[in-house]
Amino acid sequence: MYIITEGGPKALDLNFTKEVSKRSGEDIQACYQCQKCASGCPIAEYGEIDTNQVLRMIQFGLKDELLKSKAIWVCVGCETCGARCPNGIRIAAVMDALREMAIEEGVAPGEKDIYLFHQCFLDSVKSLGRTHEGSMLMKYKLKSGHLLEDVGVGIKMFLKGKLALFPHSVPSKTEVRRIFDWAKNKKSGN
Amino acid sequence: MKLAYYPGCSLEATAKEFDSSVRAVSKALDIELVEIPEWTCCGATSAHATNHKLSIGLPALTIKQIQNLGLDCVVPCSACFNRLKTTEYQMIHDAEIRQEMEKVLNFKYDGQPRVYDLLAYFVEKIGIKNISQKVQKPLKGLKIACYYGCLSVRPGHITEIDSTENPMQMDNLLKALGATPINWSYKVDCCGAGHSVSKPAMVTNLSGNILAKAREAGADAVVNSCPLCQTNLEMRRPQGEDIPVFFFTELMGLALGLPEAGNWWSKHLVDPSKVANAIQAG
Repeated sequence: MYIITEGGPKALDLNFTKEVSKRSGEDIQACYQCQKCASGCPIAEYGEIDTNQVLRMIQFGLKDELLKSKAIWVCVGCETCGARCPNGIRIAAVMDALREMAIEEGVAPGEKDIYLFHQCFLDSVKSLGRTHEGSMLMKYKLKSGHLLEDVGVGIKMFLKGKLALFPHSVPSKTEVRRIFDWAKNKKSGN
Repeated sequence: MKLAYYPGCSLEATAKEFDSSVRAVSKALDIELVEIPEWTCCGATSAHATNHKLSIGLPALTIKQIQNLGLDCVVPCSACFNRLKTTEYQMIHDAEIRQEMEKVLNFKYDGQPRVYDLLAYFVEKIGIKNISQKVQKPLKGLKIACYYGCLSVRPGHITEIDSTENPMQMDNLLKALGATPINWSYKVDCCGAGHSVSKPAMVTNLSGNILAKAREAGADAVVNSCPLCQTNLEMRRPQGEDIPVFFFTELMGLALGLPEAGNWWSKHLVDPSKVANAIQAG
């Protein structure tokens, strides 16, 4: 079966539909487009696809369009959509699954700063066991090029003792590394 | 009474006043907090937004340590609470995940739920009546907008809160402390959360809107229970907006007449001392 898209006719990729359902544990086919999710979405105006449209596109198997979209990255995971869905679809879990698939398939993130922030945050956790906000933010600033943003507030926070100068490293770092290594391996577990 | 305590990374840095007030208030309520000795980061939004296994694995490490302590665990940070509770829920309800975590972390999970949101624990387990009996300086005349945000509230099957649209725990607690919680429609709206650094303009719009609606409804201050909401509501706000934002434990400290309360205000990015002093002066 084909679907007409802006780029011309496309074959439905139902493997994609199944894969998203499996990863998220959510019944995507239960969505009947009432749009309650999108009407309560706080960040609807910042993505290019509405929440209900994301579900429709999964039903149609429009994998490429979704994995490269901004919408999956600007989703802030507030769970408002899922709490209000009359069919009980946890759309935040669906968004998590879509981002994970985009990363695994090496698709360039639709919002590269957001993905970069997540990477800097997790690098800090991986090396220290806890987040060190000061060094994590500095790394993000250097890599993103947004060096001068928030300098004033950064200094204010530092003077108030809200940005610890030195990281607090935990003794159970070996276990933290083991979790990271296990999570990187796609084959074991879910 | 002894409780395990998971502060979370923010309470060691940007939300130090939350940590100090949690410790002071717990002591005043005769609760001995035992900080989990080797607690590690819950992974926060960044783990669940990018890697499902990591989002379960990191909190599971802490759940193992909570089990070793054999105590109920209170978590002040909404995001940490949400991640730990989600993992606990999955380990209780999904045998496959539980077995996988037991194998990776080399322990046997006893299936006993122990993770509590600090606010919910105070309200439900310690009890509003018991807390109100300790009030020395009622928060008279303080009109307050109780802001719950997202992660202590949703999803409801994980958080087990009274309502995902109109929760009342914080309102009832503040009322018992002598304050007047206002009715407003934005108590569970999102502040922009983890996008604060990567999408600051978006977060300023979302947080600024919440503050504007609190003010419009007649609030003197906003009270909340999440370190990230606190940072966003103080740091990401339109110029000229000066409504103060408190952690609920800070207002508990004031009402319980704790001398430490005066030390917390200087840690805020938006000075709340005018409102705090007005309450203290009665």
